[in-house]
Amino acid sequence: MKILALDSSGLVASVAVVEDDCLLAEFTVNYKKTHSQTLLPMLEEVRKVIELDLDSLDAIAVASGPGSFTGLRIGSATVKGLGLALGKPLVEVPTLEGLAYNLYGTDKLVCPLMDARRNQVYTGIYTFVKKGSGWRLETVESQCAVDIRVILEKLNALGREVILLGDGVPVFADRIRELLRVPYSYAAAGRNRQTAASVAALGAVYFAEGRIVSAARHQPEYLRMSQAERERAQGVVLEESWGVKHL
Amino acid sequence: MDEKKELLILAIESSCDETAAAVVRNGRDVLSNVIFSQIDLHTVYGGVVPEIASRKHIEKINQVVEEALSRAGVALRRMDAIAVTYGPGLVGALLVGVSFAKALSFATGIPLIGVHHIEGHISANYIENKDLEPPFVCLVASGGHSHLVVVKDYGEYEIIGRTRDDAAGEAFDKVARAIGLGYPGGPKIDKLSREGNPEAIHFPRAKVSENEYDFSFSGLKSAVLNYLNSCQMKGEPVNAADVAASFQKAVIEVLVEHSLHAVQAYGFHKFAIAGGVASNTSLRAAFEAVCRKRQIQFYHPSPVLCTDNAAMIGAAGYYEYLKGVRSGYDLNAVPNLKLGER
Repeated sequence: MKILALDSSGLVASVAVVEDDCLLAEFTVNYKKTHSQTLLPMLEEVRKVIELDLDSLDAIAVASGPGSFTGLRIGSATVKGLGLALGKPLVEVPTLEGLAYNLYGTDKLVCPLMDARRNQVYTGIYTFVKKGSGWRLETVESQCAVDIRVILEKLNALGREVILLGDGVPVFADRIRELLRVPYSYAAAGRNRQTAASVAALGAVYFAEGRIVSAARHQPEYLRMSQAERERAQGVVLEESWGVKHL
Repeated sequence: MDEKKELLILAIESSCDETAAAVVRNGRDVLSNVIFSQIDLHTVYGGVVPEIASRKHIEKINQVVEEALSRAGVALRRMDAIAVTYGPGLVGALLVGVSFAKALSFATGIPLIGVHHIEGHISANYIENKDLEPPFVCLVASGGHSHLVVVKDYGEYEIIGRTRDDAAGEAFDKVARAIGLGYPGGPKIDKLSREGNPEAIHFPRAKVSENEYDFSFSGLKSAVLNYLNSCQMKGEPVNAADVAASFQKAVIEVLVEHSLHAVQAYGFHKFAIAGGVASNTSLRAAFEAVCRKRQIQFYHPSPVLCTDNAAMIGAAGYYEYLKGVRSGYDLNAVPNLKLGER
């Protein structure tokens, strides 16, 4: 089974190819350049280096959200195009599940934190349970967009040691130190941000379970409405008749 | 290399609130032209909301592209090039089309061509006017653009006039909102104007002193607003149809005068209009009349090719293809891309 995976949900752009239990290639960049400029050239590099025949892929996996709206769409538009052109199914790997998979096999809880701005995090709580000769990712708390205090309270209530990771960790380090009362640690560099190898590995599990989606049907899971919709739902008057610039 | 008789281009456009794809043969022959318009989604907000537009593009793009291929009856792998709008426009919206097109190109090996949105609008004229060839003068007027362009050759442009403030279509939208017509303003004002008297109210025609070809519509917009306010203060009823007709006449007069001035100064005897505002019936009639009188050939696309569409991107992409233009996998969306630049 051969899976190509992309993750462009955050600051990291990452491309990987996994065949069965072997990572053939991964290209991960955490640099200021926009994903729209880096993602495809990275994919091209991976293809060249491992002489990848795209027709040999079984599926294309993508970190399907949440994350940066634009970043998610660059990844989604890319896999939707690949899926259409190659006639391959897609596998949606929720971004936070992909992040949690970085810590495959740990006996502690895993809590990825992505900075979601406005004092919120995209987060979830995960654990690994033994299955055969490996481990299976199980969800304790589904991915959501909440105030950092909410998720720290949940971790306190669960009362188990936890490993935190993600770009939300440095942002909320003070709050974590202040509010988290269970034993905790942070994941190390190389394991503490999105990596497409994890998306591919977990994608392979989901693919084997038949959790696929057509390229036409796939769209990102934003976990949030657009600002305009949110304000409209809250009854905010959007503009005076003259001030607004038509786009 | 032997010459191919027919050259097929798959074109994709997602710069604003239309998700569109088309298959175009030899630059002028449209085999399919599929447009998913999101206009209803944005109406409640009184204008296009970028994030909502981008989300809808992602939702629809596969369906629209597949529909374009199936209506054309040609498989993706038979395309000679993939053309995509990469600017100007809303960055998030552009990125959907650009990322998608790059993936198609990567997966199939078909060359990719980034196309300028305005170049697409201008090229829409080639589709129905098989005899039209550069050089000519083209007025591009839409919700986001008001340009007077000298088309020197295929893919070679000189912008000689531009708006100093609001685009023409933007002025239509704002006035429409002020007289309670809602969004989008262009077609609504066009329709209501037919019931009004264009001579009823005299609104100012702005001149831009530094450049005779430049436009300014914000003064006109303010004059309409002032007129509406003063009517309200005096307790006089407003005849919306008269306001619409008088406003529209003021816009058209300026567009016609500047355009004709340019055509004569450059001596081309050929003039074209493009962009959403080009589907305005009074504007067309005014240009038709004045061009006939001065023996200038007048070209305009049919309404479906005036608004955003991908067929026009295919037409523009064809001529870029012939010139050897190819884009790399690092092609990015450029929201303020200038015409004639890469």
